[in-house]
Amino acid sequence: MATATDTRLLGKSIKRREDPRFITGRGSYTDDLKLPGMTYAAFVRSPHAHAKIGKIDLTQAKAHPGVVAIFTGKDLTGVNSLPCGWLLPELKVPPHPPLAVDTARYVGDPVAVVIAETQDAALDAAEKVKVDWNVRPAVTATAKAAEKGASQIHEVAPANVAFKWQIGDAAAVDAAFKTAAVTVKKHIVNQRLVANAMEPRACVARFDAATGDLTLWVTSQNPHVHRLLMTAFVLGIPEHKVRVIAPDVGGGFGSKIFLYNEETVCSWATRQIKRPIRWTSTRREAFQTDAHGRDHVTDAELALSRDGKILGLRVKTIANLGAYLSTFAPAVPTYLYGTLLNGVYEMGAIHCDVTGVFTNTTPVDAYRGAGRPEAAYLVERMIEVAAVALKMDVAEIRKKNFIPKFEHGYQTKVALTYDSGNYAAAFDKLLGMLDYRKIREEQAAARKQGKLIGVGFSTYIEACSIAPSKVVGSLGAQAGLYESGIVRVHPTGKITVFTGSHSHGQGHETTFSQLVADELGVPMEDVEIVHGDTGAIAFGMGTYGSRSASVGGTAIHMSIHKIKEKGKKIAAHLLEASPGDMEYVNGQFQVKGFPGKAVPFGQVALTAYVPHNYPEGLEPGLEETSFYDPSNFCFPFGAHACVVEVDRDTGHVKLLRYVAVDDVGNVINPMIVDGMVHGGIAQGVGQALWEGAVYEDDGQLVTGTMMDYALPKADMLPMYETERTVTPTPVNPLGIKGAGETGTIAATPAVVNAVVDALRPLGVDHIETMPLTPERVWKTIKAAKAGR
Amino acid sequence: MYPAAFEYHAPASVADALKLLGKLDDAKILAGGHSLIPMMKLRLAQPKHLIDLRKVAGLTGIKEDKGMIAIGAMTTHWEVESSKVLKSKCPVVSETAAMIGDPAVRNKGTIGGSLAHGDPAADMPATVIALGAEFVCQGKKKRTVKVDDWFKGIMETALGEDELLVEIRVPALAKGTGAAYLKFPHPASRFAVVGVAAVVTLDKEGKCTKAGVGVTGAGTHAVRAKGVEAALSGKKLDAAAIEAAAAKAADGVDVQADLQGSEEYKAHLCRVFAKRAIEAAVKRAHA
Amino acid sequence: MKHSVKMTINGQTQSHEVEPRLLLVHYIRETVGLTGTHVGCDTSQCGACTILINGQAVKSCTVFAVQADGAKITTIEGLAKNGDLHPIQQGFWEKHGLQCGFCTPGMILAAYQMLERYPKPSEEQIRHQLDGNLCRCTGYHNIVKAIQWASEHMAGAK
Repeated sequence: MATATDTRLLGKSIKRREDPRFITGRGSYTDDLKLPGMTYAAFVRSPHAHAKIGKIDLTQAKAHPGVVAIFTGKDLTGVNSLPCGWLLPELKVPPHPPLAVDTARYVGDPVAVVIAETQDAALDAAEKVKVDWNVRPAVTATAKAAEKGASQIHEVAPANVAFKWQIGDAAAVDAAFKTAAVTVKKHIVNQRLVANAMEPRACVARFDAATGDLTLWVTSQNPHVHRLLMTAFVLGIPEHKVRVIAPDVGGGFGSKIFLYNEETVCSWATRQIKRPIRWTSTRREAFQTDAHGRDHVTDAELALSRDGKILGLRVKTIANLGAYLSTFAPAVPTYLYGTLLNGVYEMGAIHCDVTGVFTNTTPVDAYRGAGRPEAAYLVERMIEVAAVALKMDVAEIRKKNFIPKFEHGYQTKVALTYDSGNYAAAFDKLLGMLDYRKIREEQAAARKQGKLIGVGFSTYIEACSIAPSKVVGSLGAQAGLYESGIVRVHPTGKITVFTGSHSHGQGHETTFSQLVADELGVPMEDVEIVHGDTGAIAFGMGTYGSRSASVGGTAIHMSIHKIKEKGKKIAAHLLEASPGDMEYVNGQFQVKGFPGKAVPFGQVALTAYVPHNYPEGLEPGLEETSFYDPSNFCFPFGAHACVVEVDRDTGHVKLLRYVAVDDVGNVINPMIVDGMVHGGIAQGVGQALWEGAVYEDDGQLVTGTMMDYALPKADMLPMYETERTVTPTPVNPLGIKGAGETGTIAATPAVVNAVVDALRPLGVDHIETMPLTPERVWKTIKAAKAGR
Repeated sequence: MYPAAFEYHAPASVADALKLLGKLDDAKILAGGHSLIPMMKLRLAQPKHLIDLRKVAGLTGIKEDKGMIAIGAMTTHWEVESSKVLKSKCPVVSETAAMIGDPAVRNKGTIGGSLAHGDPAADMPATVIALGAEFVCQGKKKRTVKVDDWFKGIMETALGEDELLVEIRVPALAKGTGAAYLKFPHPASRFAVVGVAAVVTLDKEGKCTKAGVGVTGAGTHAVRAKGVEAALSGKKLDAAAIEAAAAKAADGVDVQADLQGSEEYKAHLCRVFAKRAIEAAVKRAHA
Repeated sequence: MKHSVKMTINGQTQSHEVEPRLLLVHYIRETVGLTGTHVGCDTSQCGACTILINGQAVKSCTVFAVQADGAKITTIEGLAKNGDLHPIQQGFWEKHGLQCGFCTPGMILAAYQMLERYPKPSEEQIRHQLDGNLCRCTGYHNIVKAIQWASEHMAGAK
């Protein structure tokens, strides 16, 4: 473990500075907050997936002791629809009222809010709200939403189609399939997942009638975005009179990016009742209302030459968007999915066609990886299917198709230009860690004893550090995707950094202070990181898409650069030297090459605030603001492998080994990056084997509690063997690519491929639907035996 | 997360508890609470009264009593799991307890609460069936119910509305007897998708003189696998005999399909786990 | 009808009048004001609310406050003594056994009981004993390492 006095802090596994408060129970999460005069909200939700809302009778509920106010959708005058922040051409954007007015469209759709003196009273009274429901037929299944006769969910979206989108070259793909020696086709179901951050969503809204200020504490990954969407689009209240604070947030994984009904309603209602309101989701509400992830049904075809080169990839996907368009929903199955289908391979041609559909289910949006796991899963599943068809080794076929090493740009067939890559190197390292030849020998020996052992690979590419505003704007984003970083040097030389990134587990307080301390040569203890408060921070786009270190970190880096440049002027003045001759080394400003002719950082800071002897025309103070808008996405990549054993009697899958090589560019804190990779792997394994949101045809979510929805537990997972290769990105000066989602993207295909490989001797080359539950695996085994 | 309102009672004796039970309308007994309270939090259960047994004397503890082991109904799963008496005289009960829920649940949940609740996917029912346990109930009179008469349906047992389950009695394992409980756990709840307990007694020649097999999880309530027992009895338990007996494990189970498995799959699991449990029991009987 | 309850939490006596339906976790968080104990689910699966009652790890979301009358309770806030972290807390810090921190108090108290019962647990035993505690951030790898670290250091201290 390094100490803060080592010369370079970047690249060191420094213990996290946020931990002392968490391990002693002194974190401050939204639900911990208690304000004088606090009231408590409970939402009345639709028990039906699709129902017209008739009369709402509040008589009994209003008479319940302790009730302060009850509001229904009709009471929310002047409140607009929750906005969709990413618009595709011809996208159908149906109204999304914070409280449903005429129709409820999924189980959990809120129709009224009860506000009371206590949480108990709010819940008791909510049970007494009587709603006349006129139940309509529901449609939940992704593949059936656009079928004839399916129940119509929104007037503006005929046949429940929200959009049709495509990318790539259909003609070139057709041509490739005509000339291909081998083609393979598979149906792939990428099931619906629930993020399940351990902290349920919560908000506290407080309106100060005297000042007109509204403060909202909310479990958000991007408080500024929350404020902007809520003020400018929904509530029409002045942005500068609203302060959004995202304090300690207990995980997000995408689900806390979006503007939700509940914080919007509470922010509106506190202005009506002029008392603070707290709402905290129960886990059951979380299952019903946190935006879900994935949910694709796909037909994929791959065309190859006899020697295994990929000539063409054809993809048709139906993506389930749920009942309404969540904040960034349209981007996920399109620009975060179709554009990643090139993988790490040279491909002759690609075409991808996506239909986004509405269903009577919880809205779907970004969940860790968001689109990219779906793409990687498809490519990596198909390449192993192709290997079987070609009777090639699964490692060999990958090696044959890798894009060769490059340092400055690779143009894919689906719009993106990769930054830098060395895909074969990561894969070779993985094979070494795995001892691939030996493991195949062991597998063969085990098979002779009747054991079903499987080895599965995945490689992946990820577009992250999301990203250049101009590019995303041209693709439909209604926001810029830069980040801000303010570096404030105090008169005593201590430093406060204000970042628009938000940490909800990522450890920014450690990594950003490590970055600043490293670049300025000051002790880490002298650097404070402030995040998650619109009242303190210039602006921010927040944390998702593995963008904090690369985009937020670079903004801080730019401000540090400006601090140094200003500091040089001050120091040069004190030393009677020319600013052009100055350099910053080891925490002091010195004349180039003369460490003895120097002014320490602290003295420059003090001088900036006590500018008695000071350069003419230079502003006092030492504080700089930067906004960084990258020129491109960054593209982390890697290769993962999994070894499993399948119990042929039960279909149960046991993970024997999990090996990962990731390349996330330069790394600030390896311990933290490893930790994120571990957690990502667990979520990816979860998708492969256990997790899945299941709806009944009538729209009831049957996996609606933690008793039913299987999250990975400690005894379901092995220790992970992780390593890295380092290919810095040329996109940003730090060379950092991004590390938050890699494990999730890579793990799912690696595990599924391993299971399929285990069943290879039975003639199995694919299993259509995840998760690979024991029953599904057992049935696959049984069907394979029957087919022989 | 917040249950509906109720009145709370904490009597100090069985007699007082029974009095309250007779007097109060819509009252539920609170033992460990680890089945009831989650239902109350989701407001799926809204009893008007809870009668907490935590202060009632004499309902905890594990002791030997005339060849049987008497387990007080309020004994926690952890106490069962770690009991020296059980570990030496009837270890399968401890092992079964160790597979219930998780450590925190086992610290609070009680054997009596669980067996009176009668969850179809609970673990202990399979084991008490295989062992041939007895349930001591106290109402106006004290009566003993044989395990075969105990489980009646989904969360339905022989316990009368005006009775308390006060003690569970299991036999100490006789010489030459081996027992095992194995389960296929639900990945989230850790209840048994299917669980099978087997108790076999072998004579000197290795012939099975007595067999008990209980199946839980698959049906509406745990049942005795009579077909399996009959097929084991009197046989030398080699692989073929075990296989043949286990094949009958789902006979008489009203298998319920759910997300964890179709009827076909769950019936299959009954057979697989019967085989494995019997194999383990036989191995122990030989040891 | 309200009931009076009296218990010690982290060595301090607490006594309040409570409604029977008040869950112990809400008593601890809202009435006593110790917010380190968290609520992550409503079905007793996640373990974020794990505390020690009379030395045993219990999910405080599945106990009514009235049931804890007379109990001796330790929450995460009471684990460090005189400002010195408990070795398990230290282990979680050293081995990066937490990210968002929400499950951490429950994890640490579950580990506390685990190491009391099994001072030298195997990796398998650690994982099995964590059955009642969910973490969505770490994939458990570093939680296992943290508990191993604590086990070694607690043995050394004895």
